[in-house]
Amino acid sequence: MKTLKELEEIRQRTLEAINLRKDRNGIRVVVGMATCGIAAGARNVLTGLIDQIRDRRIQHITVAQTGCIGVCRYEPMVEVYYPGEEKVTYVNMTPEKVERVVTEHLVNGSPVTEYTIGAAEKIH
Amino acid sequence: MQDLSLFLLDLVQNSIRAGAGLVKIDIHENEKRDWLSIDIADDGRGMDDKTIKMVMDPFYTTRTTRKVGLGIPLFVAAVERCQGNVTIESTAGRGTKLKSGFLLRHVDRPPFGRLDSTVTTLIMCNPGIDFVYCHKTDSGIFTLDTREIREIMGEIPLEHPDVIGWIETYIRDGLKEIDGGVS
Ligand SMILES: Nc1ncnc2c1ncn2[C@@H]1O[C@H](COP(=O)(O)OP(=O)(O)O)[C@@H](O)[C@H]1O
Ligand SMILES: [Mg+2]
Repeated sequence: MKTLKELEEIRQRTLEAINLRKDRNGIRVVVGMATCGIAAGARNVLTGLIDQIRDRRIQHITVAQTGCIGVCRYEPMVEVYYPGEEKVTYVNMTPEKVERVVTEHLVNGSPVTEYTIGAAEKIH
Repeated sequence: MQDLSLFLLDLVQNSIRAGAGLVKIDIHENEKRDWLSIDIADDGRGMDDKTIKMVMDPFYTTRTTRKVGLGIPLFVAAVERCQGNVTIESTAGRGTKLKSGFLLRHVDRPPFGRLDSTVTTLIMCNPGIDFVYCHKTDSGIFTLDTREIREIMGEIPLEHPDVIGWIETYIRDGLKEIDGGVS
């Protein structure tokens, strides 16, 4: 059984390992969490995102949630904000698609165009 | 909604949107009495009586992006299928308490789903909100209070990967210990 004592160890370790920079100009990722998004699988998309970021120890990324992004049939939706750039909106996301977005967009900086709302609107 | 953990996530979004600083989630599985209760209390802006009445009606929402509020009516329908009921007590400016209770072993009762994921994602995505999650079963009680964790962690945010990872495991182990949220 885990105890709160372990947190003290994590605290020590973390304080030594990283300098807690207050990163205001990092990347921001927002997942839509309205009823329609949650019903369409947004929680697993969000969990997948958190796991990826943790496992790969990617820093300077803030993950947030928001209410309805707008179009129910496009849920789960994920928005990526790079400082000073236009936001990229991904639609009909799955944990698998998130993996690619993390690698190509969040790590390497190039959006996965085929998952974006622009690409989806061309089809519809 | 496929499971109770998703209903919970959705209902807590209402508390978050109401500007809550503290959200309390209480789940009580009473095997002996075949009863499951799920209560959510927040200190958000609350609602007046007229709003509460309308909220139970599927064609009402105060949001402007879509005309129909679905979250609460969907939950009420699921609860009523299991011979239960939902009540909302709220005071404008003070907060809201949503209480629900229904048959634990009813054939239509949605499974618990991943309560650990729901609570973890709530904590991860809402750094400005404290959560108290209390889960009771016939064999014990599990409690998680982010205020306690914040006190220990000091300047290290709970969203830090190592901390959030610990929280997720803590919940999963804690629930296992009391046989909570199993199916
Ligand atoms: N905890 C709460 N605090 C304040 N207002 C709430 C709360 N829960 C629900 N409401 C009000 O009830 C409305 C309907 O909620 P809901 O059925 O979940 O639909 P939606 O979230 O899509 O609007 C909300 O828009 C909000 O105005
Ligand atoms: Mg809602």
